[in-house]
Formats: sequence, C-alpha cells, structure tokens
Amino acid sequence: MDILKITTAGSVDDGKSTLIGRLLYETKSVTQDKLDAIDTVSKRKGLDFVDLSLLTDGLVAEREQGITIDVAHIYFATLKRKYIIADTPGHFEYTRNMVTGASNSHVSLILIDARNGVVDQTYRHFYIASLLRIKHVIVCVNKMDLVAFSEERFEEVKAQFMAYAEQVRFEGQEIEFIPISSLMGENITTPSVGMPWYTGEPLLGLLENINLQKDKKELAFRLPVQMVIRPMGELLHDYRAYAGKVASGSIKAGTKVKVLPSGLESKVQTLERFGETLSEAAQGDSVNLLLTDDIDISRGDMLASAENAPTATKQLSASICWLDYTSLRPGQMFLLQHGINRVKAKVLSVKNKVDVATLAKTEEVDELKLNEIATIELKLAKEIFADTYNQNKNNGAFILVNEQSNNTSGVGFINEIF
Amino acid sequence: MNTHHFPQQLEDEAIYIIREVAAQFERPALLFSGGKDSITLVHLARKAFFPAKVPFALLHIDTGHNFPETIEFRDWLVKEFNLKLEVRYVQDSIDQKKATEESGKYSSRNTLQTITLLDAIEELKLDACIGGARRDEEKARAKERIFSVRDDFGQWDSKRQRPELFDMLNGKINLGENVRVFPISNWTELDVWNYIRRENLALPGVYFAHEREVFERDGMIWPYSPFIFKTDDELVFKKTVRFRTVGDMTCTAAVDSAAVDLEDIIGEIRAATISERGARIDDKRSEAAMEKRKQQGYF
Repeated sequence: MDILKITTAGSVDDGKSTLIGRLLYETKSVTQDKLDAIDTVSKRKGLDFVDLSLLTDGLVAEREQGITIDVAHIYFATLKRKYIIADTPGHFEYTRNMVTGASNSHVSLILIDARNGVVDQTYRHFYIASLLRIKHVIVCVNKMDLVAFSEERFEEVKAQFMAYAEQVRFEGQEIEFIPISSLMGENITTPSVGMPWYTGEPLLGLLENINLQKDKKELAFRLPVQMVIRPMGELLHDYRAYAGKVASGSIKAGTKVKVLPSGLESKVQTLERFGETLSEAAQGDSVNLLLTDDIDISRGDMLASAENAPTATKQLSASICWLDYTSLRPGQMFLLQHGINRVKAKVLSVKNKVDVATLAKTEEVDELKLNEIATIELKLAKEIFADTYNQNKNNGAFILVNEQSNNTSGVGFINEIF
Repeated sequence: MNTHHFPQQLEDEAIYIIREVAAQFERPALLFSGGKDSITLVHLARKAFFPAKVPFALLHIDTGHNFPETIEFRDWLVKEFNLKLEVRYVQDSIDQKKATEESGKYSSRNTLQTITLLDAIEELKLDACIGGARRDEEKARAKERIFSVRDDFGQWDSKRQRPELFDMLNGKINLGENVRVFPISNWTELDVWNYIRRENLALPGVYFAHEREVFERDGMIWPYSPFIFKTDDELVFKKTVRFRTVGDMTCTAAVDSAAVDLEDIIGEIRAATISERGARIDDKRSEAAMEKRKQQGYF
C-alpha cells in the first residue's frame, strides 16, 4: 500500500478547508462524533448547513480569526492508498509553511476562486510547486456554483493560469484543471451534475490515478550514514553496521560502493533490518549495511554507487527560499544541514531576487527577507556529498540553521556544484 | 483487503527519526505510558538499534491511577527486552505541594502529569523526549512538528515552530530547552493496529474484551476504580468491554466490545463511528482542551 502526499494551497477565502472537509466527508473518513461536534458549532454560528471547514481549522487563534495559520496534516484512506494532506496557509506571511508542506509532497493542489480568477497568491503557489519540482499539479477552480457553472469562465481562468505557468513549469510537470464546488460537493468524489461539459474525472479520481511507481526515476545509490551500530557484546564483538535511510537508488549485497569523503571502495557484505537479511534496499528503506572491509566511517559520511558517486564539494550555488524573520545578508555564517550532514557555511553572495508574480529579478540583493526567493552562493568549511536538485531531489536540498537562534532559517535547492 | 496493509514507509521513517534522536541529542528518553502507541515506539526503538541495545531509558510518569494490567505489562516488557526504566510519580509532586489534586466528580490526575514530567526532564537533564502522539488524534496535534522545540517551561508555541523540510530534522537547542519527538506522527490509529498485528506485538489485556465493573456517565462507560469519584445514583455493574486507548483510569472510557484478538479489533475500528479520542474524557472538557494542555507542556 503506498502513500500519496498532497500539499494544498489557496488564498484565505478560496474554500480550501471546505474542500478538504468535503474530501474527508465523502470518503467517510470522519467519524460520527466529529460530525456531531461540527454540526453543533455550525448551528451555534447560525449557519443552515454543516460547515465542513471546521474539520480542519484546528487552533484556537484560527477559529477566532477564521483563517488557517500553520501546516496541518490530515489523513484519509481509500481502498487503493493512504493519503496525507499537508494543508498550508494561503496568505503571504506564512509562505514558509507552504514550502514546508510542498517539500514532502507528490501532488500540489492549487485552489482558485472562480469569481476572482488568478491572484498573486496563485503565482506564488505555482512558483513554489515548480521550484520544488512537484510533478503533479491539479488546479481546482472552486466556487463554480457562484459563476453559474460557466464553462466559459472556467476556460478564462485556465488561460490566465497557463499564461503564467508556461514561463515557470519544468519539463515533465503535469498540470490538470478541474471545475469544482467544494461547498456543494460538485466534482469532488463523484462527477458533477451541474457541469456536464466537464468530461474528466472528479478530483478523487485524478488523485487515485496518479502512478507513483512510474514517477520513480532510476537514480544512483546514496546512503547517508546516520550512525554506526556496534553492539560490542560477547557474541557480536566484531559486528559493525552502518545505519541509515537510503536517500536514492537501490543496492544489493555484493555490490561495490564508494565511501565518501575517504574515496575508498568496498563491497556490501549484508543488508539487514532487525536481524533479517534483505536481498535489496531501495530508496526510503531504513537499513543496516555491513561492508566486507574495515573502513573508518562515521556519521555524516556517505556510501554511494561506486560508478556514479557524487562529487565532494566545498562551494555551491543554489536557489534559496528564506524562512526566518531575521533576514539573510551576504557575508553571514550559518550551519548548513544537507540530509544529516552539518557543516559551517559562509554566504558569498545573494543575487537575483525573484518577484514571483512578474518574474522580474533584482540582481543585487543586500537583504533577503522572510518568504523571498533568490540565488545564493555558499562556501563550506567541510565537504558535502551532494547532487544538484534537478538530478536528485533527495540529495540536492539543504537547510540553513542560524547558530544564534537555532532556527531553520532557509531552504536551498542546489543548482551548481563547484 | 488493501486496508489491512501497513505502509512500510511509515516504519522506515519512524526508525530514521529515532536514530536521529540518538545521534543529535545527549540525553534522550522515551515517554512510556503503557498504551499501544508507546508500546509501538519501544518496538521501533529496538528495531532502530538492533542488534545493539536501545541507548536510552523509558520514562513513565505514573499517576498512581493506572490499570494494574498496564504496570504488570510495563515491567514484563522492560525485563523481556533488557530495557532501562525510570518512573516518576505524580503522588510525589502532590506530596511536595507542587501539584494540587483536582476535586469534584470529574477529577483526574491527567493534567497533573505535566508537572511531574517537567520536573523529571529537569532532574534527568533530558534534552529530548520521544512520544507516541499522532497527528490524526486531535486537531491541535495535526499541527505538531516531528521535532517540537519546548522552552525552559516546557511550553509549545504553535506560531514559533520550526519549518521541517524534506526529512531534515533540526534538533539544535539551547541549554535548558528540550525537544519532543514524535516518530509516529504520520500514523493513523488503523496504521498502529495493522503494525501491531504485522509485528505480532504483545499488549496489555485491557485492550481486549474482558469483564469489568463499570458504571455509566454522560453516555460513556466508565471503569469503576477506587480512584474515581462516583455518585450514589451511578450504579456499578459488570459488562464485557475493552479500551480503545489506555491512559489514566480516571480519564479513559471503555467501549462495548467483544473483540478478543487483533483481527476483531481491526474489524471493529474500521467499522467504528466514534473517533479514538471520543473515549477520552480529558478531551471533552472544552473544544480547545488539547491545545491548552500542550501550551502548558503536556505531551
């Protein structure tokens, strides 16, 4: 059984929470006690319908202000798969949460209010989906009931969106459009009655049909070593395993691997999980890997495909999205975390700040503020073993940690390795 | 049926998180309640370091109002798998006048646990506490990070959470702060049960149908115990029940059930119309009950 991870984005009143509430309700993922609870609240608020958005709007501050202010994770399952929705806020000051939600997602659901059409936030959402190379984008044109289910209006919004998207999308990114009304349940899990002109699948059908296996590229093997497991008991005196989660590719016993940074080569003797021998370990598997040779390996080192190992690098250029209230400035020092590996990093330059709505660039940047996106050049105190983000998502991103506040201040997507 | 399948990815992610705890922190502990989620965590921790030993202790905050079956089970588990256990007692906090026993019909020591926990964190100098909370349990928990930083007072501030990108976990903290870690954040109740079945994990008997002395209050079945305040018109009777979630005896309601094994339980949950925390009396106090407790340093 696989897991499809979805990120949702929309502006404050696009009806995102109602859409998710509707998905939960129609897939029967909401228990009676929860429905009763929101029914009571809806009545107290004087509504004549059950406000499904109450299912997801969790925090007290949110209920007071009637907005979503943080990433919430929502779960439902069909017979086919498990779904995890990272529901992220739509308004500007919380864009960092949108990046957070998107970083772990296969699908980006973008909501547009049919009456308003594409707004600034829509650009930001799509820009982030493309920057993070999310392959599947589904644009939900919502509140179709308020534009008389007009096909013409739907086509207008679609054209408006594509005019922007064509400039930003990457090769292979799939964009689908669907007209919905989350309040009335049109095109959510069942085909719409009001819009017979739409012949595609309802939203849930689109999600069910996404094939994650097909999306998996054959990438080179990368295993960042999380820890060395040495029981040192009498029976296991010589046992020494390298524990970690496979970042990309796969490996079998007997295969040659390269150890970074030493550059030494060895062979995989055994792959284990809880004492059970595995014939193969692939991307996402947490395993113990034993080598045929005794090599000095510690946390932060990497085991990689001998034929296709990453270059050890101390200088790189990346796209950066700033996540901290304290701005980024050239010359600052940070702790760079690449996977589990941490090294000191100095900001050599910040350039080409992007206005995501117009795509205009400001070349010289002396301050990058919260939610802004630019290109950064970094010099590192020690080598890291990275790929570019285009080549390998799981080995091509990093975070910058502020050593005074310990905050996760920025996220980078490696463009070039020097 | 596909819904019987446990997504392997969930186990791999949890093991990765637990290994990060051991690598990034000096003095972690696993918060053990005796419930199914913390039993699952113990199993995941054993897997994460096998064949080496689990490199941290279990910490049990004992309210003194436990199901005896849970304590028996806890001691068996610790012995069986050669684990280290620390127990701190809410009674001690009450005796030291740090905590005041609640009064009234609904009194429970559940919220007092926070006081004892924060003292234990300080005493044992813990920098990370692994907990079994899941995001599907409750609305405030849906927003919790995997590494959740707490200040010196153990408080959670939902607006100051660190973003978590990809699988990169930032556990850097200042002295005196600590991190709550939730390796099974992305599991649902059904995932936990499917996993328990797949791994064939032992559980305390209270999870399975058994005959017990109970009484009815507010439409729920309360277990009768000396710890509970019961009015005279609330009649105690015997009934076959089980517990869907196991906490303090004063805050956990029973469900009418004949489920005697894991197969039955999973079938029951899939057909259930009441959520898991619907049987938690502590959550019924107000709409924002959990969020308020979390801000004060609750699990």
